[in-house]
Amino acid sequence: MSIYDMTINELQQALTNKTFTSYELTKKYLERIAEIDPIIHAYITITADAALAAAKASDERRANGQLLSDLDGIPMALKDIFCTDGILTTCASKILANFVPPYNATCWQRLADAGAVLLGKCNLDEFAMGSSTENSAFFATRNPFDIERTPGGSSGGSAAAVSADLAAYTLGTDTGGSVRQPAHYCGVVGIKPTYGLISRFGIIPYASSLDQAGVFAKSVYDCATVLEVVSGHDERDSTSTPYPIGDYRGACRRDVKGMKIGMPNEFFEEGIDPRTIEIVNKAAEKFAAAGAEIIEVSLPHTKYALPAYYILACAEASSNLARYDGVRYGVRVDKPSLEEIFCATRSAGFGDEVKRRILLGTYALSSGYYDAYYNKTLQVRTLIKEDYDRVFASGIDCLLTPVTPGPAFKLGEMLDDPLTMYMTDICTVPINIAGLASLVVPFADIEGLPVGVQLIGAPFSEEKLFTAASAVEVPRRLPPDILEQAAEKGVER
Amino acid sequence: MTEFQTVVGLEFHAELKTNTKIFCSCPTTFAGEPNTHVCPVCLGLPGVLPVLNKRAVELAMKAGLALNCQISPFSKFDRKNYFYPDLPKAYQVTQYPLPICKSGYITVPDADGNEKKIRINRIHLEEDAGKLVHSGESISTSNYSLPDYNRAAVPLIEIVSEPDMASADEAKAFGDKLKLILEYAGVSDVKMEQGSLRCDVNISLMPKGSDKLGTKVEIKNLNSFRAMYRAIQFEEDRQRRMIEKGEKLIQETRTWDEGSGRTLSMRSKENDHDYRYFPEPDLVPTVITPEWIEAVRSELPELPDTREQRLKEECGLSDYDCAQIVDTPALAFFFDEVAKLFPDTKIIANWLLGDVSRLMNSAEKEYEQVPIVAEDLVYLLDQAKSGAINNNSAKTVLEEMFTSGKMPAEIISERGFAQISDSAMLEDAVKAVIEANEKAAEDFRTGKQQAMGFLMGQIMKATKGQANPNLVKELLAKMLK
Ligand SMILES: [Zn+2]
Repeated sequence: MSIYDMTINELQQALTNKTFTSYELTKKYLERIAEIDPIIHAYITITADAALAAAKASDERRANGQLLSDLDGIPMALKDIFCTDGILTTCASKILANFVPPYNATCWQRLADAGAVLLGKCNLDEFAMGSSTENSAFFATRNPFDIERTPGGSSGGSAAAVSADLAAYTLGTDTGGSVRQPAHYCGVVGIKPTYGLISRFGIIPYASSLDQAGVFAKSVYDCATVLEVVSGHDERDSTSTPYPIGDYRGACRRDVKGMKIGMPNEFFEEGIDPRTIEIVNKAAEKFAAAGAEIIEVSLPHTKYALPAYYILACAEASSNLARYDGVRYGVRVDKPSLEEIFCATRSAGFGDEVKRRILLGTYALSSGYYDAYYNKTLQVRTLIKEDYDRVFASGIDCLLTPVTPGPAFKLGEMLDDPLTMYMTDICTVPINIAGLASLVVPFADIEGLPVGVQLIGAPFSEEKLFTAASAVEVPRRLPPDILEQAAEKGVER
Repeated sequence: MTEFQTVVGLEFHAELKTNTKIFCSCPTTFAGEPNTHVCPVCLGLPGVLPVLNKRAVELAMKAGLALNCQISPFSKFDRKNYFYPDLPKAYQVTQYPLPICKSGYITVPDADGNEKKIRINRIHLEEDAGKLVHSGESISTSNYSLPDYNRAAVPLIEIVSEPDMASADEAKAFGDKLKLILEYAGVSDVKMEQGSLRCDVNISLMPKGSDKLGTKVEIKNLNSFRAMYRAIQFEEDRQRRMIEKGEKLIQETRTWDEGSGRTLSMRSKENDHDYRYFPEPDLVPTVITPEWIEAVRSELPELPDTREQRLKEECGLSDYDCAQIVDTPALAFFFDEVAKLFPDTKIIANWLLGDVSRLMNSAEKEYEQVPIVAEDLVYLLDQAKSGAINNNSAKTVLEEMFTSGKMPAEIISERGFAQISDSAMLEDAVKAVIEANEKAAEDFRTGKQQAMGFLMGQIMKATKGQANPNLVKELLAKMLK
């Protein structure tokens, strides 16, 4: 078995057995990053020196029997939306191209306190706005399973890094599917926990009422291991709940027998690739064979989730991104007057998709339109939430659905067609709107491209998701050799 | 000719007296080098989140209770979006549809001296902005301006009255009363000159007897109640003339120009910002239980109206004395302290409003800075009352307490002010005076009362004025029997 293919658990055992040190392991990962990442472009910033120093410190702790956690000494990476004290944090935007925060995001702080070794910061769609990572101001990330395709977005860099073995695990964020869709496209496990489970402090916001950090990992169990460390109440985030952290690893070993798994009709309608539906049905069969009960359910307001998402998310984004005015930090375009500085800075600093969403959101909040758009959307949000409340109250433990209509699309394919691109979020956005927990686990493939299934649970039912996901988990499939793909497809480093 | 009715509504911003800012733990201290009381949260750096200061909520509740408002069991914050360099997040966190307090009132005297209820529509909590420091005299004459965020996110309450005031006098009375109540409640420093209390005016005219409000004008940049008073009078006049000339008033914001004593147009309603208010997703709603309200209510001190009533009824003070005391909270609190230790409130009032106030005035000090403690003043009053020192000496002692900070007992002994109340010591002096003034003594014996005065005078002279006059009288009567 390759060192890169090892799960956190396996790596931890190898470190304990002195098969290799964290320093050697980190070096190996950095070597692979140096070799492969010029093709994949998963990373915006690589923190090699800091990573090696952290690994060394971990080795010393290990030698002294002072290990901090099961993540101690394991190399990982963060989406470049998590603030890292003293390390460039760009959000893949020109406007923050020089921004070095003087504080850590709480979830990164918790990982650092657990001995995590940070390899670098991963690419994303600028300010997490997009579904392909092509909206990064710097470069697009490639899908390791087909380097001519998108890894998905917005956390495409984080997903591709795990998929291409450029990190043992990574963190991403999910506002409307930004962890689950790239996990599905890149063939890795991805969880978007319940809104409020992981602190948002230090995560650069896109849409505050929908944003939630999530984990990418090579196995369901790894995902559970990391979630146990990053979750939990944070007094610096009033919206983080005091809900106790679950026994997610324990849940991975529980039996799925007797669980009631719902399949909502509305997620299997027109627009979903029949091959995707077939895969989800196969997963259902696997559940049934393991003793779970499959129940057809209905979530009648699902069709309103996508428009509701774009109004809510854009409205909040228009306000969240207003602070990037060139006055205090970030990039400024100097002009003779204040108004010109604002306009020139923001015109030059933001990409097209960000501008599009700021305009949409500003419009939706404008006087005269507020009731028709924003207020109406809040009502729709309540209806969607009530759909799920009803289903879960009826005894359903979790839902099983597709993640996106089909597998990863080609880079550039949807660049001129934002509306079709928005449609790929149709199965993931309702979960953020309703503040639920959701996990994507790879299950099969379509023409070699990974396809996962989505499990959805009531708020704070992450344990059930881990139990269910473990029941359908299949052995990890590795992407084809990246260098060979590059040679074959004429992609230069 | 139509007679017009003035309609005035007021909006006050008061900085709350918390130690820390509304969403972070930076100090709220007024002084300080620019940008020294700041952190990532109040600078609005990417990714940071606000955490509501509980004390700010309690002070807003206190203000609400003191102003007879209903405290909302459920309130929430909203974002008011606009771009300006002094606003770090490019939105102000405030409260829009669900403020923390609603429907209050205070009473002020109207033109006929009757009590008039002025309703308060709402009180909401919000954060202050920073300020721009201009390189030149003003923004228009400056080459550049630099933002100072020390004041950014200092907690504020905005108090919005109903348009219930009919004149500049009523508005002034409302302002004075409101300021006094907030000061008593310990909610705010209410210093207009430092900006911890700010005021905007909404004013319109309508034909007397009408119930249809005229076109409203908002006046900003009022730095004192005097400015507010003058601005209302100016605006009443300006609007009346325009209506009489048949000109159309426009709904606009005007600014008060202190120099010319006029209001000037700033921007019309059409050019007003669209603030795009929407719920602040980074904060959870504020839930206030009845128990919490009662706990905060129990912190409230006695407020001006009840206090004035009590001083009249319990202490028997005149209306004038009561008003004098109540109008200066620090004086009123000092009065209470002294009254706890000294029973005669009339004497206290005389001293506090007389000599103490005179000394404070001549030192050009506010009552908060009174340099003596209640215990020392009570000691002095006790000495004077018991006759241990005479009244004139007591005044001199008080003066020296102010200047030197010494304890009264020390001053009395240093100056030798203590009256001789020891009859054994006085007997010799009385005897000597009787012997030296045989004629007067004889006159006294035969009942000539004037002789008493003369003998007393001689004894006082001999004892350098320190003899206790009552005791001397007693001794004379005994010895000349
Ligand atoms: Zn601060």
